[in-house]
Amino acid sequence: MKAFLAFLKKEFYHIWRDPRSLLILIGMPMVQVILFGFAITNEIVDAKIAILDNSKDEVTQEISNKILSSKYFKLFEYLTDKNQIEKSFKKGKIKIAIIFENDFSQKLNRNENPQVQIIADATDPNTATTLINYVSSIVFDYQSKYLKNKSGGLNVVSKMEYNPGLKGVYLFVPGIITVILMLISAMMTSISIAREKEKGTMEILLVSPIKPLMVIVGKVVPYISLALVNAVTILLLGVFVFGLPIRGSLPVLMLEIIIFIITALGLGIFISTKVETQQNALLVSLMGLLLPTIILSGFIYPIESLPEILQYISHIIPAKWFLIILRDIMIKGTEFRFIIKETLILFGMMTFFLIISIKNYKIRLE
Amino acid sequence: MKKDSGNYIVEVENLTKKFGSFIAVDNISFKVKKGEIFGFLGANGAGKTTAMKMLTGLLNPSSGKAIVAGWNVETNPDKVKLNIGYMSQKFSLYDDLRVNENIRLYAGIYGLKRSEIKIKINKLIGELGMENLRKKLVGDLPLGWKQKLAFAISLVHEPPVVFLDEPTSGVDPITRRQFWEMIYKASSEGTTIFVTTHYLDEAEYCTRASIMVDGQIKALDTPENLKNRFEVDNMQEVFVKLARG
Repeated sequence: MKAFLAFLKKEFYHIWRDPRSLLILIGMPMVQVILFGFAITNEIVDAKIAILDNSKDEVTQEISNKILSSKYFKLFEYLTDKNQIEKSFKKGKIKIAIIFENDFSQKLNRNENPQVQIIADATDPNTATTLINYVSSIVFDYQSKYLKNKSGGLNVVSKMEYNPGLKGVYLFVPGIITVILMLISAMMTSISIAREKEKGTMEILLVSPIKPLMVIVGKVVPYISLALVNAVTILLLGVFVFGLPIRGSLPVLMLEIIIFIITALGLGIFISTKVETQQNALLVSLMGLLLPTIILSGFIYPIESLPEILQYISHIIPAKWFLIILRDIMIKGTEFRFIIKETLILFGMMTFFLIISIKNYKIRLE
Repeated sequence: MKKDSGNYIVEVENLTKKFGSFIAVDNISFKVKKGEIFGFLGANGAGKTTAMKMLTGLLNPSSGKAIVAGWNVETNPDKVKLNIGYMSQKFSLYDDLRVNENIRLYAGIYGLKRSEIKIKINKLIGELGMENLRKKLVGDLPLGWKQKLAFAISLVHEPPVVFLDEPTSGVDPITRRQFWEMIYKASSEGTTIFVTTHYLDEAEYCTRASIMVDGQIKALDTPENLKNRFEVDNMQEVFVKLARG
């Protein structure tokens, strides 16, 4: 125990004595949350729009007004001719153009299905899709109200549950927590163990009476604390700066976070048993852990939109399950009993990675 | 069970290590007397490091037996670890820890009491003449100082035997000379020194020296006897004669 405490103290020295890394470790998560929260957002505000209204009657006027009065669009110009559309796009001035055909309201009255054409600049497909959805929903909205006044007809009422404001932060904060925890826990432990190997101090430790398990635990404890500090910082930022809710149980949330941290630490130790230098440790963690965590976890790209093969691969990415759990607890306020499956999967992964990493670490001694 | 080892601190019998079909250490047997400076010589790749790793518990022997400080390295590695000191050729210390913190760390790892550690730190730093460097980070020390500190730390728990793996590689002749004075001092205080080196002039400083070639010990005697036996003036030539077969 005394040996362990001496070792643990040394680990904290390593962290404190490296202010640059410490600054990155503590500062990076905050910068990321703020960047993602403020700068990178899915919401589109004031997209420039051009309208070509060939009928100029009360219906097209009303639809145009509805579109322009929403915060999403800002009128760039009214067009008078089809040929102007191309030019307007080319100049990069507008993101979307709307064309109403002739005699719009008469056709509507005669049930002839007049056409509204929406043309979007798809150089950025995500923005284009979003804008088209905005316009379509406004048009449908008008249509359903119009039909309701005339006769019966269908009426669609939609509600964006859990995130009525469609805030991007709801999506990003859990994602950033996932990435940061993976980064700190796995990358930093693997680098820190690889450093001992590279400098030759691992050899001295192996010859000394300190137990290998104690070495691993000693490596892991400082990073668990650091990762927890980070998780709490990000949560606080999310809640108090961006108004993110934590609707579910906080203790359950913390428990899940700890399970995920230990999973990542297990991965980090596993990586360190396979590499000899800090550089390799860094490279393997970045390529092997960070990229899949970002791409295959559902953080940035919805898993449903991935190619089928990647969807299968995403099942073995711990971050995917953790992200589901995080979003469920924080945004939906899901009770623990509904996320037992995901928790068990994550717990299984944690156990698996811990066992193989400790096993591999021991084999190196023989 | 602890074996009463009589006059010997290291006893090796038919020790062999195979990696696949490659035999790194081939059936070696030797004994190291208590208190002597035992030189373990050989070219790079002769098997010194592998043999040393087996004696320090880093590697398991493929066959044969080794008793170190009275304990079998295979069956009681933990006991062996408590009773040996080890210094690697990289003088591995923690660069981002201060001199006193490095000593405290290893003293702690070897289970010294808090009060003992304090006394030990002061004693070691005094003996090394490092009072002014006490609070300095080890990474800022010149190589020679690191080497001395690494040696002192390998003795922090006062082990009966200390293993030095090429302890003088990469340092200048004067520092090497000073280092050997430290070795003599430790030896005079009763610590057995087991040292590998490829500086053959250093073999002259040993009480006895063994020379390993291709995994086998080809000669083991006092430097004086070895030189007489091969009818040469220095250990360098003894080595060349042996290595050529």
